[in-house]
Amino acid sequence: MPRKKIELENIVENISILDQDGNVDKALEPKISNDDLRRLFRAMTLARRYDERMLKLQRQGRIGTYGPALGQEAASLGPVYAINKDDWFVPSFREPAATLWRGWPIDKLILWWGGNEFGATPPDGAHDVPICVPVASQVQYAAGIAWGCKLKKNGGVAVAFVGDGGTSEGDFHEGMNCAAIFGAPLILIIQNNQWAISLPRKKQTASQTLAQKAISYGLNGLQVDGNDILAMIYATREAVDRARKGGGPTIIEAVTYRMGVHTTADDPKKYRTEDEVDCWKPKCPLARFWLYVKAKGVVTEKDREKMEEEIQNDITAAIERAEQYAPNPLEPFEHCFAEMPLHLKRQLKEFKAYLAATNGETSSADGNPENLAGYSKHLH
Amino acid sequence: MAQLTMAKALNLALREALQEDPTTLIMGQDVGQDEGVFRITENLLKDFGADRVVDFPVAESSIVGLAIGLCFTGIKPICEMQFSGFGYHGFHQIENHISRFRNRTRGRLTCPMVVRMPYGAGIRAIEHHSESREAIWAHLPGLKVVIPSGPRNARALLKASIADPDPVIFYEPKACYRAFKEEVPDAPESMEIGKAQVVREGSDVTIISYGASMRPVLEAADELKDEYQLDAELIDLLSLVPLDTETIMASVRKTGRCVVVHEAPRNCGPAAEIIARIVEESLEFLEAPIERVTGYDLVMPFFNLERPYLPDATKVVLAARKVVNY
Repeated sequence: MPRKKIELENIVENISILDQDGNVDKALEPKISNDDLRRLFRAMTLARRYDERMLKLQRQGRIGTYGPALGQEAASLGPVYAINKDDWFVPSFREPAATLWRGWPIDKLILWWGGNEFGATPPDGAHDVPICVPVASQVQYAAGIAWGCKLKKNGGVAVAFVGDGGTSEGDFHEGMNCAAIFGAPLILIIQNNQWAISLPRKKQTASQTLAQKAISYGLNGLQVDGNDILAMIYATREAVDRARKGGGPTIIEAVTYRMGVHTTADDPKKYRTEDEVDCWKPKCPLARFWLYVKAKGVVTEKDREKMEEEIQNDITAAIERAEQYAPNPLEPFEHCFAEMPLHLKRQLKEFKAYLAATNGETSSADGNPENLAGYSKHLH
Repeated sequence: MAQLTMAKALNLALREALQEDPTTLIMGQDVGQDEGVFRITENLLKDFGADRVVDFPVAESSIVGLAIGLCFTGIKPICEMQFSGFGYHGFHQIENHISRFRNRTRGRLTCPMVVRMPYGAGIRAIEHHSESREAIWAHLPGLKVVIPSGPRNARALLKASIADPDPVIFYEPKACYRAFKEEVPDAPESMEIGKAQVVREGSDVTIISYGASMRPVLEAADELKDEYQLDAELIDLLSLVPLDTETIMASVRKTGRCVVVHEAPRNCGPAAEIIARIVEESLEFLEAPIERVTGYDLVMPFFNLERPYLPDATKVVLAARKVVNY
């Protein structure tokens, strides 16, 4: 018998709409109102300035380790713009642009990186999940959320995020395999920023693209210019539309670049060249979107200046509020279970006695003085 | 009242849950068409349909991982791990998310789910099918660990676990699935999670155990009575988290002597925690050092050598007599 080529039902495509010089593919250009273009431009600017300020706060020791999303603003903002408030947003950890768009106050983001669970509590009524630390593990519950929307027939979809490194995890495979089997309305955005800490994309997988991984689950894969917000919106809208009609999940590979460090605990000079970073600078998603909104006349130079000033003021105010926040050390006891079991009641009693004995002052494990004075007010 | 095996009693509890609460959903490998490898989900696919009883791909991590997402959308998943030995694939999702979401989000996103896992030896199964690793789950903050010992409490505890607002690891002693029958009331019955039962009163020694080990403990108690005129008080813990220390202390303070029995290995096992709490709260009541009858700190032997590895009545009698004669 002769060998036969198996014709696969699924395909992989690549799209980009707005290039780095501001040229637009009119055939694919998504319809977005002028108001929304302004809001999106402001949101992208906010995400950029937030990132810059967070890096400063980290250097000043005012927050913990920080993982910036510099250069990846379009890849996370576009997809959440394409869903409704009642749909679900499931982040990894490099999606501040999306998280802020979903209505999380800036303070919460600062508080998360400042080591407070309060920064992981979604705003009331939000269909959002907080930052997920274990790589790709969120793909599993994102698939479950989307499947739940289908079972509940509520018309909802979930947009979830993972990185290029995450595609090597079993959770990525298992989650997408199950999402496909159950026809879950899940749109998974792979933020391919080319680096998983020090491991380059080409060492992460031998696959030609990350989008093609969709084919193994019986899905279509789409590779999108992740620094092009118009393409991200276009691609996500298409996938959301298909998902709502019962067409199941989609994998979108957003090709982008991690302009900054993995986290502030990392020095990328050890594993990548400045030349490589320089190549990506002209592809900046914010600069490109600026060319677009300016050309359309929806944001003027003057608007932009005003916007920048407001944003800096908003961030400053959020930092001030975040730094006023005093965590309640008793809260972990209250939220381990719905009702505190006896053994925790006893440990809580022991802990309260400790707090009372510290008289408001103690040392943290690394020897830095840690002020517990604020904690004593929680004792009752 | 009906005489039921534990397998049938668990099936009854699942049927009741599906009937009473339209948000419940059973998911696991071969739980639908095949009705579960132990037939715990018998007739459920037929009666409730494929949206409520879901045959899942061979992906334990996804069973519990997707269940998290279902919880967020208001569905109450009852997951089945085919054997606890394969539950470790799900460990990562259970430890990193299921046990933590309530705390992480200060109660806004929670995981009220049950993860049923058949555990333990006694059915001559191949490697990885016979271990008792409840201590692993009991060690993780944010999880409840419930272990029934007979048909009636299995039904009532599974109902309670399904109703519980927190994630419950429901560890089923598979050796007991069909070993014996008990009267199980027709009317729905629940039990409070975290309450141990004194299954036999006695004054000479307290024997604490749970799950499959309750059978050799009961046998040993008969032998202690008949051969040595010793009255053992038997405590069936029924849950490791929360642990009913009040019942334990009341008994140990009365008898002054104690033996703790479980199949799980000894090192950092449940007995270690139980004894530590007795020492903390009731040391002055003890008349003798506490004895442990447990699995040895060995890799679980293949089934031809599992009998001598396991606690049995002889080992329990030896330990109880040692404690009494101290």
